[in-house]
Amino acid sequence: MSAPLLEVRDLRTHFFTREGVVNAVDGVSLSVDRGRTLGVVGESGSGKSVTALSIIGLIPKPPARIVSGEVIFDGRDLTTLSERQLEDVRGERIAMIFQDPMTSLNPTLTIETQLVETIRRHTDVPRREARRRAIELLDEVGIPNPDARIKDYPHRLSGGMRQRVMIAIALSCEPDLLIADEPTTALDVTVQAQVLDLLDDLRREHDMAMIVITHDMGVIAEVADEVAVMYAGQIVEHASAAALFARPEHPYTEALLGALPQLEDHASRSGRLTAIPGRPPSLLDPPPGCRFAARCLYAGEPDGCAEHPPELRELRPGHLVRSEHPASERARPREGAPA
Amino acid sequence: MSALLEVRDLVKRFPVKRGLFFERTVDYVEAVGGVSFDIAAGETLGLVGESGSGKSTTGYCVLQLMRPTSGSVRFEGRELTELSGEELRRVRRNAQIVFQDPYASLDPRMTVGNIVAEPLVVHDVGTRRDRRARVRELLDVVGFDPVYVNRYPHEFSGGQRQRIGIARALALSPRLIVCDEPVSALDVSIQAQIINLLKDLQAEFGLAYLFIAHDLAVVRSVSDRIAVMHHGRIVETGLAKDVYERPKDAYTKALLASVPVPDPARMQERKADRRKLQSAVAM
Repeated sequence: MSAPLLEVRDLRTHFFTREGVVNAVDGVSLSVDRGRTLGVVGESGSGKSVTALSIIGLIPKPPARIVSGEVIFDGRDLTTLSERQLEDVRGERIAMIFQDPMTSLNPTLTIETQLVETIRRHTDVPRREARRRAIELLDEVGIPNPDARIKDYPHRLSGGMRQRVMIAIALSCEPDLLIADEPTTALDVTVQAQVLDLLDDLRREHDMAMIVITHDMGVIAEVADEVAVMYAGQIVEHASAAALFARPEHPYTEALLGALPQLEDHASRSGRLTAIPGRPPSLLDPPPGCRFAARCLYAGEPDGCAEHPPELRELRPGHLVRSEHPASERARPREGAPA
Repeated sequence: MSALLEVRDLVKRFPVKRGLFFERTVDYVEAVGGVSFDIAAGETLGLVGESGSGKSTTGYCVLQLMRPTSGSVRFEGRELTELSGEELRRVRRNAQIVFQDPYASLDPRMTVGNIVAEPLVVHDVGTRRDRRARVRELLDVVGFDPVYVNRYPHEFSGGQRQRIGIARALALSPRLIVCDEPVSALDVSIQAQIINLLKDLQAEFGLAYLFIAHDLAVVRSVSDRIAVMHHGRIVETGLAKDVYERPKDAYTKALLASVPVPDPARMQERKADRRKLQSAVAM
C-alpha cells in the first residue's frame, strides 16, 4: 500500500494566552488517502477547526503555536516549511473552504476578478485564457449562466451560490486535498444537500482527497468514508463511517448520536432525548485522565480512568477508540469490578 | 374547545425604499402572505421553514412585536391587533418569547437575577422580596444554580444562557411561549438538554409553544402539529407524524428528503430521492 496523501502525527497546537496555555489540539493523528473523504466531527471547542488550520499553517501566530507533531503531505513535513513555501502548497496542492462564504469573498471585487486573479497567481496563463477557465469552473460547480454571473459582485449571489464560487476558487488550482470547514453550516437544508452532492461529485471526478469538518453527524454520514470524532482537543474515536454509525464504541460518540433528535422517529414527541449532562472541560486546565470521564455514564472508581488518560487503541482493524469503556467491551463485566 | 391562539390570514409586508433625502416607497416585500393556524392550550405547533420563509416574522407578528399589515391574531379570545399600550402590555404577561441567540438577547450589563426579574418589575408584580424569591424559584425550575444570581451573562455558556432566557420568559407564568430557534445556536449535547427542559416545563405548567425552527428533526421531537412555511405561506399543516411520514406537498417532500440522516447505509437511496424531489419544485 502506498503512503497516504496526508498523514498527521501526534499534532499538538497550543494557544498561549494571558490566562494560560490552551491545549486546543492535543496529540491528534490522522491520515487521508487520495480520492477519499475524512470527516472530522466534534462540538464547538473540540479542536476540529484548529486541527485543519494547523495542517495548512493558517493558525494565528501568536497566540497559537504548533508545539510538536508532524504534518506529512506527499512526503514533506509542512510544519518545517517557510511561510513562502507554505503559500505555494496552499495555492497549488491544498485548498480550503470555510463556513461563511460572504466573509471569505472580497465584497468590493467581482467574481471574475477574484477567480481570474487566483488562477493567474498559480498558473502562468494570459488573462483571456484565465477568464475562459474561470467560466468553465463556475459552470462545473453548477452556477447557471456563468458568462453573466462572473461579472457580479458577491452580494448579488445567494449563500449557496457564494459557496459554489468559493468551491470554484478552491478548485482553480486543481488541489490534491480540499479541506472544507463547516462548508454547509450557513446554508439552508435544501441548498446544503446540493452543495454536499457537488463536493462529493467533484471529489470523485478530480480524484481529490477531502477533509470535511463539521458538527453535524448527518453531514458526516452523507460525505465521509472515514470519521474522526474529536472531543476536548483529542480524537476519541476513529473508524469507517459505516462502522461508526453501526457500532459506535466511545461513550461520547454513543451519547452524541443518542442526543440527536430523529427525523424518522415514531415516538419522538413523547420521548425525551438522552442529553449529555454537563459540558466539555476547559482546555486551559484539562482533567488528568479521560477528558470525557466527568460526563461519562460508565466511568467508575475502580478503573481509575478519571486519573489515567486512556490511549487511542485499535479495538478492531481500523476502529480506534480512546476509552476504557468501549461499547463492545461493556457486555462482559470488567475484571475486578463488583458484580 | 376554543383555541388559545387563533391566527387568521396574517399578512406582513415590508416597504422597499429608495432615495437618500426624499425616501419613497417603491415596492413591498411580502414576508408573510396570509397564514392561518390555531394553537390549543398546552400544545406545541412547530413552524418550520428555510431562511426567508417568513417563520420568524410570523412569530413576531403573533406577539405584536411587529404589527401585521393585515389579518387577525386572537389570543385568549382577544383581538391583539386592535390593542395597544397598557392593554397590550397586560396581554403580554401571558404570551412570552425565547430568542435564538442567548448571547445577543441578554443585556450584558444586567445580572442574571435582574434579567429574570425584569418582567416582574415591568409588570409590577410583588414586592422586591417576593421577586427575589420568585427569581430563585424560576432559576431552580430551569436547572440554573440560583447561587449565581449576581453574576453576569458572559460568565456562562450558551446552554446556561438559554436557561436564563427561558427563566425570564416563564417569570409571569405565561400560557404561550413563542420559541424562535431556541436551540439552533447550541451544540448537540446541550441542545438535547434544552429541548428536554422545554418539554418538562410544558408538562409541568401546561404551556403552549409556537416552536419556530429550521431544523426538521428538532421540530419533530417537540411538536404535536407542524406547519411548513415556504415563501411566506403555509404549504402544509397537520399532525407531526402525518406531515413527516406522509407529506403531501411537493416542497415538504423535497425539504424532508434534503435533511442529512445520520445513517450512511441509507444515503444512496435518500440521495436519489432528493434529487428527484428537488427538481420537482423550484427551490
